Amino acid sequence: MKKKRIIPVLLLKDGSLVQSKQFKRHQNLGNPFTAVKRLSNWASDELIYLDISRKQSYSKKRTDLNFSNVFSPTELIKEVSKVCFMPITFGGGIRKLSEIELLVKSGADKVSINTIALEDSNFIKEAAKEFGSQCIIVSVDVKLFKNSYFVMSNYGKVKTNYKIEEWCKIIQDQGAGEILLNSVDNDGMKTGYDIKLLKNISKNSKIPVIALGGVGEWKDFSEALEKTSVDAVAAANIFHYYDQSVFLARKFLSDKKLNVRKPELF
Amino acid sequence: MKICILDYGSGNVASVFNMLKFIEFDPEISNDKKKIRDASHVILPGVGSYNSGMEKIKRKLPIDCLENEILKKGKPFLGICLGMQVLSTVGYEFGKYQGLNWVEGEVKELDVKKSILPHVGWNEVNAESKNNILFNNIDNDENFYFVHSYHFKSFNKKNILATSIYEETFASAIRKDNVFGVQFHPEKSQKSGMKLLRNFLKI
Repeated sequence: MKKKRIIPVLLLKDGSLVQSKQFKRHQNLGNPFTAVKRLSNWASDELIYLDISRKQSYSKKRTDLNFSNVFSPTELIKEVSKVCFMPITFGGGIRKLSEIELLVKSGADKVSINTIALEDSNFIKEAAKEFGSQCIIVSVDVKLFKNSYFVMSNYGKVKTNYKIEEWCKIIQDQGAGEILLNSVDNDGMKTGYDIKLLKNISKNSKIPVIALGGVGEWKDFSEALEKTSVDAVAAANIFHYYDQSVFLARKFLSDKKLNVRKPELF
Repeated sequence: MKICILDYGSGNVASVFNMLKFIEFDPEISNDKKKIRDASHVILPGVGSYNSGMEKIKRKLPIDCLENEILKKGKPFLGICLGMQVLSTVGYEFGKYQGLNWVEGEVKELDVKKSILPHVGWNEVNAESKNNILFNNIDNDENFYFVHSYHFKSFNKKNILATSIYEETFASAIRKDNVFGVQFHPEKSQKSGMKLLRNFLKI
């Protein structure tokens, strides 16, 4: 049987790995390359890099960081794919088909797009046609306003007119391969996923939904897998707190007889 | 041993190259006739749709040379994902297209009702017999990474090397003599993928 996936998300800001809280506060965790080696060894199912830098080119000469190698996205993907043999997704700031091509050539299996899709939903279709649906994840940042969930743009800052249900339907019709559903409210809060949101979206989705935002303990993963139809559970911060974090998460879920790959260390 | 990875401009060639390097082989990425003739093993990776893949293959690969080396001389060959699908007689993605017809079969969309497509993620691969050179040392409950919506329907059951289940049972690996094909991505399947590629290179 096909397994539910456990996916660590690595947030990048100006070339460093960071933690995030409600899309606002970002704390530096260091070198994104050494982090991925760790996660690869612990048998993640996939990896997602999300670049939340506000500008696209990093200065490699920064002296305020405590390490010397800062990677550009393509350099990072090139290096990571030499040691990390699982699907790798890169997202953040993608606005052109040529940028996707470069990332794919560097070793990314999929890309995650967000703001550009909101500005022009045809971009999803064009990208899916060029690189295949399997390559195109649409990342959706969502926030609750009174009783309705609205899609947010520009790194979770700007409210759009799209209700979440409406936007998810457009994404699917345009040929996206997967939806990465990220709750702005729950981001970094360690209070668990927004189960109601996940349930509602995954129930009606014809493409896989990846849950993101809010995981504070392993049982948050199992809650999403037990109560909703999401295809994958993703998280960022929690995987950097513990040694062997992905292995431990997998063991926890496997012990609960959930449908995940058996835990094993590489 | 000389391994030639064919590159017809369809994505993940570098991933296959990187994994082979990691397990200490020394592959080359090339479509050059001489390199293909000199190679001991030939690998055809691939992602994307059947028709665009076939069009690129016709444009960029020396098919006569490949058929001579692989079908006539019997050089071990491995097609991965789309690289497996194009071995078929005919494919039905976005219309009807002729394939290479190295292994008789057709490529059709997975027939699922409850599940979503693409079939993306880790799934078990069950080798048809214990005495199976490609799956030597690989247990039936080991998982490989899949991402596809179409699958290979072999006209001859004998050519099915392994199956997987996604609502329906489908061929996840095929073999006709020295021509092997896998629907999953060994290059993205961590330890299990490394074992499979090592097995192939022992042939």
